[in-house]
Amino acid sequence: MSFALETAANPENLRRVAIDPVSRVEGHGKVTILLDDNNKVHQVRLHIVEFRGFEKFIQGRPYWEVPVMVQRLCGICPVSHHLAASKALDAIIGAKHLTPTAEKMRRLMHYGQILQSHALHFFHLCSPDLLFGFDSDIAKRNIVGVAEKHPEIAKQGILLRKFGQEVIRLTAGKRIHGTGAVPGGVNKSLSIAERDELLKDIYQMVTWARGAVHLVKEMHHQNPELYNSFGAFRANFMSLVGFDGGLDLYHGQLRARDESGNILFEGVDYRNYTQIIEEEVKNWSYMKFPYLKSMGKEKGWYRVGPLSRIQNCDFISTPLAEIERRDFIEYSGVMPMHAPLGYHWARMIEMLHATEMIKDLLHYNDIMGSDLMVTGERGFEGVGVIEAPRGTLIHHYRVDENDLVTMCNLIVSTTHNNQAMNEAVRRVAQQYLHGHEVTEGLLNHIEVAVRAFDPCLSCATHALGKMPLQVEVLDAAGQQLSSLSRSSEGTVSTPLSAP
Amino acid sequence: MSQNNKTPHNKNQATFILDGKTIPFTEGQTIIQAAMASGEYIPHLCFNPEFKPHGSCKICTVTANGRQAASCTQQTQADMVVESNTKPINDERRALLQMLFVEGNHFCPSCEKSGDCQLQATAYELNMMSPHFDHFSPDRPLDSSHAEYLLDYNRCILCSLCARASSDVDGKNVFSLAGRGIKTHLIVNAKSGKLADTDFTGDDKAAHVCPVGVIIKKRVGFAVPIGKRSFDEHPISATPHPKVRDV
Repeated sequence: MSFALETAANPENLRRVAIDPVSRVEGHGKVTILLDDNNKVHQVRLHIVEFRGFEKFIQGRPYWEVPVMVQRLCGICPVSHHLAASKALDAIIGAKHLTPTAEKMRRLMHYGQILQSHALHFFHLCSPDLLFGFDSDIAKRNIVGVAEKHPEIAKQGILLRKFGQEVIRLTAGKRIHGTGAVPGGVNKSLSIAERDELLKDIYQMVTWARGAVHLVKEMHHQNPELYNSFGAFRANFMSLVGFDGGLDLYHGQLRARDESGNILFEGVDYRNYTQIIEEEVKNWSYMKFPYLKSMGKEKGWYRVGPLSRIQNCDFISTPLAEIERRDFIEYSGVMPMHAPLGYHWARMIEMLHATEMIKDLLHYNDIMGSDLMVTGERGFEGVGVIEAPRGTLIHHYRVDENDLVTMCNLIVSTTHNNQAMNEAVRRVAQQYLHGHEVTEGLLNHIEVAVRAFDPCLSCATHALGKMPLQVEVLDAAGQQLSSLSRSSEGTVSTPLSAP
Repeated sequence: MSQNNKTPHNKNQATFILDGKTIPFTEGQTIIQAAMASGEYIPHLCFNPEFKPHGSCKICTVTANGRQAASCTQQTQADMVVESNTKPINDERRALLQMLFVEGNHFCPSCEKSGDCQLQATAYELNMMSPHFDHFSPDRPLDSSHAEYLLDYNRCILCSLCARASSDVDGKNVFSLAGRGIKTHLIVNAKSGKLADTDFTGDDKAAHVCPVGVIIKKRVGFAVPIGKRSFDEHPISATPHPKVRDV
């Protein structure tokens, strides 16, 4: 099926404008826009142009390698993949309940990840747009420009991220691509010195994170017209929530709401995700389009990530973040906030929550314990779900009796948001480009909409063997000699044979 | 490049010169054995002081009185002048390492032996920054048939230590190198070609000598955290072989 502005009726007579690559996002993607002679928009697509293959080459590898191997999907939130895989493989080795030390160390690692990723996204990638304006001087619209004009904000952003990375280093062994989580638990706990090193700075981090929430909240209050309407569209939303209904980014059960905030389902055991989520493949993107099975392809697409999580949970367990969540909900009114720029506000509330959680965890002696791993009855299939910085992350594995992986399915946060991001860029194209001469500033509006979701395009292109492909062989003059096509069903055809 | 476990020097003992240093030796010692006994590091992979030298990897090549020789098989002579840690020799060693890396499938980022692997540590020691050559990317399926051990042939560097341990210590002949030249490969002694069909056990010496990540005890994985692995704190040149004192 096709959505409005997804596919132009007569593309052959239209002018093509491409934003390639989309900048200040993780990974490589592009936006293409088809315009007629009057600059009216007929087609807008966010394309993911990377092509990887983790789901395939993980097959045949021993299961205990998986948490370390799959985190190479990403250099920004490897911890999320590391932990989601570890959670899935806990089931393979029969670890039903982790030790208190393992559970808290994994959570500490995860909240360190949330902190550093959210800080990176807001301060380094997006604050230039928000502080200077979407069509401001491109030469200044970057983190260096922020450092010159707003040095205190830039400094806090850099140090918040650095602190998050230090939490990761001390829990996983390295700032990027560590090995802390293993099936059944963790391989290390904190020493007293390591705990004290983090405690020394955590209170400052909480203060700065709170300041970041206030900064973005003020932006909403100062310019509600822009912030409430830019690229806005209504959508269902989904996330994990804790078993008590509170915000829990590490573990819980699936809950989804419709665009009015009514609960579609809740209390769903994430191991049954295949019963509620289906993925559609389209021939113009390497990224799949998930949707809620019960609502079908047209109505069932949904949004994940901070904007969903903050509005999906009933409360936040840490006091400062809970105050901010209530402010957010009050500002939104009766209906949930759907505006993409609301992501930034929600993201900063989560960052504040992450700092509070880190502070709380550091006060448990369990994080310095020595009981690190458990095992139990061997299993052969495991599903691990975590709320990664960008949204719900699903890892699913099957392992044979000789300990080798036979099946791997990953649904990453950015993939869940595929249709939502396409909707956002189409709305922005209609709002700002339609009928206007295209300028760099106007095109940056499109990128601002994409950036709001904090997409990780590297993570989102992990599949192999399921994507439609077309290979063309051209001679030196550009004439097609042969071509090979594979449909989304896997059927291979050769429409034109070599002469 | 020196290691920390030197043996005392008897003034009447015969000596040779290694990179300008006077090194004592006893009759019958090879250059690398004498160097190790004095705490001097010569890069090596197929040599292990517990086993008869094999002389196959050539990483330990030195010049002895001006002629190239494998220091693991070349016996030391009095007043011999040996050069090891020189740019030309280290350049050749680096090229050998690069060939080993591209002939197999060595994915250090997800290998559980990372930090404990002699191939990786030697590559760091010799400042190998890239594989340089085109990867062969061979298709080498894992053998996961054994209940407790796994063979990942992708990482084999044909050092034959497992074969020597199995025959010389275990008396079993579980492992052997088959084929010739570039087609040389590790095999196990079973009609099925599967480790489960051999008499290999985890108590065998062969289970514990692999310098890379071919013979892997199952379900251990990344249990040792970063910072506690063999080569995390010190480079291989400053990490004495655990059995070096027995030489």
